[in-house]
Amino acid sequence: MSETISALNNAGYSGLVRIDETGLQGMITLRGDLSLTTVKKVATTASGATFPGQRQITVSDTGALAWMSPDELLILCPYEEVSDRLAKMTKTLGNTNALAVDVSDARAIFAISGEDARDVMAKLCPVDLHPEVFKPGEIRRTRLAQIAAAIWMEDDDNFRLICFRSVAQYAYDVLKVAAAAGSAAGFHAAQDPV
Amino acid sequence: MLLIHCPYCEETLPEAEFAHAGQAHVVRPENPSAQSDEEWENFLFIRSNVKGPHYERWRHVHGCGRFFNAVRDTVSDRFLTTYKAGAPRPDLETLTGEVK
Ligand SMILES: [Zn+2]
Repeated sequence: MSETISALNNAGYSGLVRIDETGLQGMITLRGDLSLTTVKKVATTASGATFPGQRQITVSDTGALAWMSPDELLILCPYEEVSDRLAKMTKTLGNTNALAVDVSDARAIFAISGEDARDVMAKLCPVDLHPEVFKPGEIRRTRLAQIAAAIWMEDDDNFRLICFRSVAQYAYDVLKVAAAAGSAAGFHAAQDPV
Repeated sequence: MLLIHCPYCEETLPEAEFAHAGQAHVVRPENPSAQSDEEWENFLFIRSNVKGPHYERWRHVHGCGRFFNAVRDTVSDRFLTTYKAGAPRPDLETLTGEVK
């Protein structure tokens, strides 16, 4: 059998911040009426995480659950467990008008880590990343320069980013430019409460 | 940067995440075959060219992906309000343009 590899095969770069394509990540998209008990149950069971509020992401030991739109959730789980978890989801959903799909191989995922992470991301995304506005637990679907992306923070110095696999190289390159040595903006550091 | 309130995300966000999608409240005829050529042409192509508050469709394309409606002043580019698709047309008299 052929070896499955992620878009950039764990490419990494160290500049103002550390940028890593973090490899294969299981991702399941679930669309349906998010007010339905069955849909909620399927999502929380598959991700192991609690049900997120609007624009929120909740994390568990083995995955995460993200609010993507009023009728869409994203379940993160280990890559090897996708088929199992998906099968269970589809079984539980039964005739419910909802759709769960494995999108793991359609996406790429990056980690952006370091003290300047907010500055680097703010160069590329039209999002207010002030520490009092954008905090761990929130997810934003937005743009990364010219492409669609979803971003959230694991903790105060660590971003995660998901984009389409087809534009993974662009995402990586543009992140490297934003994190190039000598390009520090020092904006968010200056904003920190004393 | 122009900020637009997405009624689905319930947040005011930069214009760069949105796409304009034409005039709002253009109703598709229930039976297109029964339309005269002129009526069909009207539905497909003829739009008002408003100077002032204009009912428009917008899409939060780089966010939740939803289409919604907006009232935008075409002179000042100011958004007077945005509302969910399917919601009734707001009365222009009541719009202040204050961001919710
Ligand atoms: Zn939205």
